[in-house]
Amino acid sequence: MNLLQKLFPNIDDWGELGHACVDTLLMLGGSLLLTVLIGLPLGVLLYLTGNGQLRPMPKLYAATSLLVNVLRSVPFIILMIVLMPVTYFLVGTKLGIRGAIPPLVIGAAPFFARLVETALREVQQGVIEASQAMGASLWQIVRHVLLPEARSGIFAGVTVTAIALVGYTAMGGAIGSGGLGDLAYRYGYLSYKSDYMLVTVALLIVLVQMLQMIGDRIVTRYKQR
Amino acid sequence: MIRFVDVHKSYRVDGRDIPALQPFNLDIADGEVYGIIGLSGAGKSTLIRLINLLEHPSGGHIFIGDVEMTALAEPALRAQRRKIGMIFQHFNLLASQTVADNVAFPLRLAGEHDAGVIRGRVDELLARVGLTAHADKYPSQLSGGQKQRVGIARALANRPTILLCDEATSALDPQTTASVLDLLAEINRELKLTIVLITHEMDVVRRVCDRVAVLDAGVIVERGAVADVFLHPQHPTTRRFVTEALPEEAASELAPFARVPGRILRLSFRGNTTLTPALGRVARETGIDFNILAGRIDRIKDLPYGQLTLAMQGEHVDAALVALREAGIEIEELHR
Repeated sequence: MNLLQKLFPNIDDWGELGHACVDTLLMLGGSLLLTVLIGLPLGVLLYLTGNGQLRPMPKLYAATSLLVNVLRSVPFIILMIVLMPVTYFLVGTKLGIRGAIPPLVIGAAPFFARLVETALREVQQGVIEASQAMGASLWQIVRHVLLPEARSGIFAGVTVTAIALVGYTAMGGAIGSGGLGDLAYRYGYLSYKSDYMLVTVALLIVLVQMLQMIGDRIVTRYKQR
Repeated sequence: MIRFVDVHKSYRVDGRDIPALQPFNLDIADGEVYGIIGLSGAGKSTLIRLINLLEHPSGGHIFIGDVEMTALAEPALRAQRRKIGMIFQHFNLLASQTVADNVAFPLRLAGEHDAGVIRGRVDELLARVGLTAHADKYPSQLSGGQKQRVGIARALANRPTILLCDEATSALDPQTTASVLDLLAEINRELKLTIVLITHEMDVVRRVCDRVAVLDAGVIVERGAVADVFLHPQHPTTRRFVTEALPEEAASELAPFARVPGRILRLSFRGNTTLTPALGRVARETGIDFNILAGRIDRIKDLPYGQLTLAMQGEHVDAALVALREAGIEIEELHR
């Protein structure tokens, strides 16, 4: 304890730090889950309606594509502010974990959808043709061919998205969503307690490393097949 | 029976119609092995995909038995496709699934969910293609020939009446090609299913097909029984394919023999005439002399055949030719 006090003189409440960690993890977990639930179908839609794909629909594709691009081009910190009324409408608050999740999901889902679209395009055209020859319906092709065949690419996309979300949650701290970003901002930046900054950055690095490791492991496992 | 009636196909590229297949009619009988040979770009991949409507014709009608495929709505078409197996040059297996699951895939698509039934059928199919020991491997762990065998087992899963082979041996080495072709011939014999195959190798046609159509730039330029087309090719494209299938010395047979004395003849023997000593007998009886310039004996599917290029001299060559023809030997005069 003495050593910790000597190294990080300003950190008097380690419990608060632990709490912030948990908040970040909750925001990450909740938003990642919703991002995948929304982004995956959106990515499949982009893939299917694309030019020369299974259900080419140029207008729907152009509209979806535009929406995705618009959401992706707004910097997250601005997106969060712009979305505040929407956030309030959806979850009844603009603050805390609950208040952070809508902008996180709206910011990350289009990004993830693009990664899903790219992963699906990697699936060999021949395999799709073979399943059509076997009499597979569109839904059967999506469910039993496209998603399983593209799963290593999709999991790579989940990893990249999770790591981007870690960055977003830290930004969320600036407008009161809590978590490690909030600590770093309030204590580290506004109160010049640089040891807070150091510890939160270290924790974020550990978190990103772990996400990357887990992601890589899943991707490799599926890639061998 | 597969019937094409006035079928043609063109692709729309940049607002222009590019013809891929000129209007044609074609009948493929039940239980036969029908080969379609052509160079790449001749339209053969398009033609084979018209049968299960992976490609839709720009005009005309396609029948399988009594069903007009070109008149079916999507769900009925899917049901028909389940009765048509297809194998591919690059196998097109699901990389994420084991061999057994790949073979089970068409069964599951067709709505079979009973694990016991699926297991039984998969075992049966893997035994037929000789892959029982590889059931739990993934495609990436198999050789090309083994992958194509998985493709064949998968294509047979729903007990189809037709098997379409899209350049099925083009990615395989000669030995593997031979064993895959043997397997196809065996399936055709035992299951009595109709096989339509496309290829650019005459040797594939010679080994397994009953009839063949030669496709050149979207037009069927020649068709008929393989023995007829192979022994007496008419169209230049067909001749090129036949020549490519022959050993080199036989291919360049004519040029060096132009100065050999006598009449240069090509004798074709088919079936039993290949096995009788007709040439020797006729030579003795008519007193002609002959000099063998080139020759080969092989099989067209199950039919033994021989072709000899001879220089024939003597007073009674014409009488000898009549006697040889009577013995069932086909004769072409190459040079006189």
